[in-house]
Amino acid sequence: MTGVAELQAIADRVVSMAQPGEQIEAFVSRDAETDVRIYEGEVEHFVAAQTEGVGIRVIRDGRTGFAYAGVLDDMAVAEVLAEARDNVQFGTPDEWAGLAEPDGVEVIEQELWSDVLAGYATDDKIALAKELERLTLATDTRIRVDDANYADVASESAVASTTGIRRTGRENGCYVVVSTMADEGDETQTGFGFSVGRSPLEFDLAKAAKEASDRATRLLGATKPSTKRTTVVLDPFVTASLLGVISSTLNGESVAKGRSLFKDRLGESVANSIVTLVDDPTNPKAYSATDLDGEGLAARRNVLIEKGVLQKFVHSSYSARRVGTKSTGNAVRGGFKGTPGVGCLALQLLPGDRDQNALIADIDDGVLIQSVTGLHSGVNAISGDFSVGASGLTISNGQVGGPIREFTIASTLQRMLHDIVEIGNDVDWLPMRAAGLSLVIRDVTMSGS
Amino acid sequence: MAGHDVVESDVLERVLGTAMRTGGEFAEVFIEDKRSTMAGLDDGRIEQVTSGRDRGAGIRVIKGDTTGFAHTADLSEAGLRSAAEAAAAAASQGTGGANIVALTRQPEHRVSPVEKFADEVSKTEKVRLLQRVDEAARSSGAAIVQVSAGYGDSRKRIMVANTHGLLASDEQVRQSVRISVVANGDAGMQTGFQSTGHTFGFEMFDRIDVEDLARDAARQALVKLTARPAPSGTLPVVIKRGSGGVLFHEACGHGLEADLIAKGGSVFRGKTGELVASPLVTLVDDGTMSGEWGAIGIDDEGHPSQYNVLIENGVLTDYMWDYLRARNEGRKQSGNGRRQSYMHLPMVRMTNTFVLNGNEDPDDILRGTDHGVYITQLGGGQVNTATGDFVFGMTEAYLIEDGEITEPLRDGNLLGNGPQVLRDIDLLGNDFAMGNPGTCGKDGQGVPVGDGQPTLRVKALTIGGTAA
Repeated sequence: MTGVAELQAIADRVVSMAQPGEQIEAFVSRDAETDVRIYEGEVEHFVAAQTEGVGIRVIRDGRTGFAYAGVLDDMAVAEVLAEARDNVQFGTPDEWAGLAEPDGVEVIEQELWSDVLAGYATDDKIALAKELERLTLATDTRIRVDDANYADVASESAVASTTGIRRTGRENGCYVVVSTMADEGDETQTGFGFSVGRSPLEFDLAKAAKEASDRATRLLGATKPSTKRTTVVLDPFVTASLLGVISSTLNGESVAKGRSLFKDRLGESVANSIVTLVDDPTNPKAYSATDLDGEGLAARRNVLIEKGVLQKFVHSSYSARRVGTKSTGNAVRGGFKGTPGVGCLALQLLPGDRDQNALIADIDDGVLIQSVTGLHSGVNAISGDFSVGASGLTISNGQVGGPIREFTIASTLQRMLHDIVEIGNDVDWLPMRAAGLSLVIRDVTMSGS
Repeated sequence: MAGHDVVESDVLERVLGTAMRTGGEFAEVFIEDKRSTMAGLDDGRIEQVTSGRDRGAGIRVIKGDTTGFAHTADLSEAGLRSAAEAAAAAASQGTGGANIVALTRQPEHRVSPVEKFADEVSKTEKVRLLQRVDEAARSSGAAIVQVSAGYGDSRKRIMVANTHGLLASDEQVRQSVRISVVANGDAGMQTGFQSTGHTFGFEMFDRIDVEDLARDAARQALVKLTARPAPSGTLPVVIKRGSGGVLFHEACGHGLEADLIAKGGSVFRGKTGELVASPLVTLVDDGTMSGEWGAIGIDDEGHPSQYNVLIENGVLTDYMWDYLRARNEGRKQSGNGRRQSYMHLPMVRMTNTFVLNGNEDPDDILRGTDHGVYITQLGGGQVNTATGDFVFGMTEAYLIEDGEITEPLRDGNLLGNGPQVLRDIDLLGNDFAMGNPGTCGKDGQGVPVGDGQPTLRVKALTIGGTAA
C-alpha cells in the first residue's frame, strides 16, 4: 500500500477507535520537498526532505482536545490519540463544538497533480536555477544575484472523521525565485522575480529575470518624498497583499467573536460600488485553487462583497454553527500540527476594463506603489488602521516619473474600500491566496520628509 | 527525559561516516526531540489544549561551497544512514574514501535554571493561568469585549555531532503566555497586547503575575479608544525602556549577520572598526543571558552560546557568525548558528540583542522633547538589509507636547534607515530593561529571540500616520 491509500488507512484506523459519545477526526499527511539554491553558478545548498505526521482531534461533551506528532508509526499514532483524549477534559464545553458533516455540495475536481513534475530529474531542477541566475545577470550590468532558487513540494493527505468525512488529496507544484541587488555608486537596491507552475514547463524564466532586475534597478536614485495626501495606484502584487489583510475582516469566526470591523454590517455598503470581491478556489487559474477545504468539504465560489455591498462572511462548520448558518467551505488547515481555522481561499476583485497605463493617464498627481513593507506590523485589522512602508514611482500629469522610497502610506481599511476609484483589467494570478490587479485609491496620506 | 541520549554516539559516528562517503569535507547530524503543550482561550472558553511531538534529524554535508541537506523523522540507524546518503549525494556527485569519525562529548551546561519542568506540571494548572487572564482582563472595564490568550511550553533536547569530533547536547525549555484584548468604544474597536516568555521552568509564573499582564493589555486597549490618528512626517521619537529592542534588531541586527555580509547584502559590510552609530550606543548579542527568550546553552551547530559585543561606543566591533561563514573567513564562530527545527539548515541568527545603559534620567529625556512621539510598545518590524530601510509597528504610543505625554495615538508603522537612525540616537537612558519575547523570521525560518534597551530618543523618524 503506498501514497494516499496508506494515509487513508491510518486515518480510518484512528477513526475506528472512537468510543461511544466521541467524535474523532484524523488528518494524515506526507510531503516531499526539493530546495536548490544557486550562487555564482554553483549549488550553494541542495535539500531533499520528507515530512509526515498525524493530527487527531477528539470532541466529547462539547469539549475539544487535539494532539499531533511528526511521525506515523503505530506507537506514535496511538500516543497521539491518547494525548488528544487526555486534552479533552481541559476544554470548556462549547455547544457549537463539532466536526464538519458532509453537506452534499458537489466537489469540483481540480487538476492539482503533475506527473511531469513528479518525474522531473534532479539535474534538470538544478539547471533551471542556474539558468535563472544566468538570465538575471545578463539583464543589466548593475545587477548582482543574491541567490537563485528552485523549489518543489509534493503533498499527499487524508482526512477521516466519525461524522462521515473521508477524503484524500494529492498536490504538487514548483517555483523558481531569484533575489537581486542593483548597485550604482554607493547605493544598493534590491529586487526579486519568480515564476510558479504545476510543473517546470509552465515557468517563464526570462520574465522572472527581467522582473527581478527591474524591481532593483528602478529604485536606484530614489528620493524621499514630502508628506501629503495623494492618490495611489497599487501594482497587482501590492493589491494582492492588501486583499490578504482585508480577508481577515471577512472571517466568520472573527465576526462570531465580535472581532471583525464588519460585524453587524451584512447588507450594508462597505466599499465603493465598483468593488465586487469573490472568493473562488474553484477557479483553476487561481494559484490556491483547490477542490476541498480544510475539513474535507467541497471548496466553492462565494461572493463576499457585491457592488460595494457586504454579502457574506466566510465560514467553517464551527463558525457557521455559531452564527446559525452553513459552512461556506472555508476551513483552512495549516498541516497536521493544527486544527482548521477559517479563511479566504482564493480572493479576486472583479476586474475593470482598463490597463495600468490607462489608469495612470488619468492621474494628475499621485504615486505608483510598487512594493510595501510592514503589513504584519502596521496594519490593525480590528481597528482598521492601515500604515505601511512603501516605494514606487511618482505620477504627474498622467505619466510616471522618478523613483521614491522611505515613505509610508496610511489610511484605514474602512476608508480605503470606499476610496477605491478604479480597478484595472490586469489580473495577475500571483502565488498568494489573492489575485492581483491594479487599483486606484484616492486620499491616502503619504508620510515622508 | 533529562540527560538521556536520543541517539547513541556510536550510531552517530557511523552515520557521519556514511555522510562523508562522497568526499565531503564536513558532515553534521542535528537531532531534536521536542514535546510541547499549547492551550488556547478565546471568547471565555478554553477552546483547545494541544500536545505536540516533533522528533527527527537533519544531516548536512559540506563539500566545497555546496551544502547537501536531508532530514528524517526516522531515528533508527537505518533511517539516519539513508538521510546521510541523501545529504551526501546532494552535496556531491563524486566519491571519496572511507571516513572514520571519533566523537568527544562536550559537557552539558544549563544557561537558565529550571526548577519545575512544564511537562511535570498538570494541564489544569496551565489552563488555570489562562482563566485568570480572562477574568483579570474582563474585570478591567465594561468596554472590554473580547479576550484571547495562549499558553505554550516546550521542552526540547538537541544533539549535534560533526566530523570535527564534536558531540554536544542541550536541553532547551520555554514557557510563554500571550494576551490579546479588544475594547469597543464610540470610535470603533481597539486592541491591547501583552506577553511574557522565558527559558526558566514553570516557576516563572510564581514571579510573573499573568493577571497584571492581562490588566495591562486591557488598559492599553481602553486607552486607545480615545486615540487620535498618528501624525505624518518626521519627528523625534522617544522609546520606553524594554519596548524598542526591535528597533535595533531591524535597524542593524540583521545587517550584522555574517551570511548577509558575505554576499554583500548589508549596508554594514566592510565597516568593522568604523563609527557606525552614535557614540552612546553599545550593542550586544548575548545567548547566555539566563532566562531570556533567546537564551541557549549551545547553538544549533553545537557551539556554546556567547556574549558578543557588536557595536562598542558607536564603533562596529564584529559581526555574528555561524560555522560555514566563520570557516570561509578562517575565524571562530560566535554561537549564532541557529535553525527553526531539524528540518532546517542553520544560518546566522541573533539570540538576545540589546543596547547597554546610557546616563540620562528617562524623565529628562521626555522633558527635553518639545514635540514628538513617545512609544511604549512596538509591534513587529521588517528590514531590507541591503538598503538599511526598515519599518516597525507602534502598538502603544502617545504624543509629546512641551515635554509632556499628552494624547494616545492610533496604530501605525514607523520608518527609518538603519545607519541613519543609529547615528540619530541623541539621548540614552539609564533604565535598561529587556522586552517581550519575539520570534525572528529570516529566509522562512522562525527562531525565538529577545531584545532590550534603556529609554532612548531618536532625533528623527518617519511616522506613518494620517494626521497633518
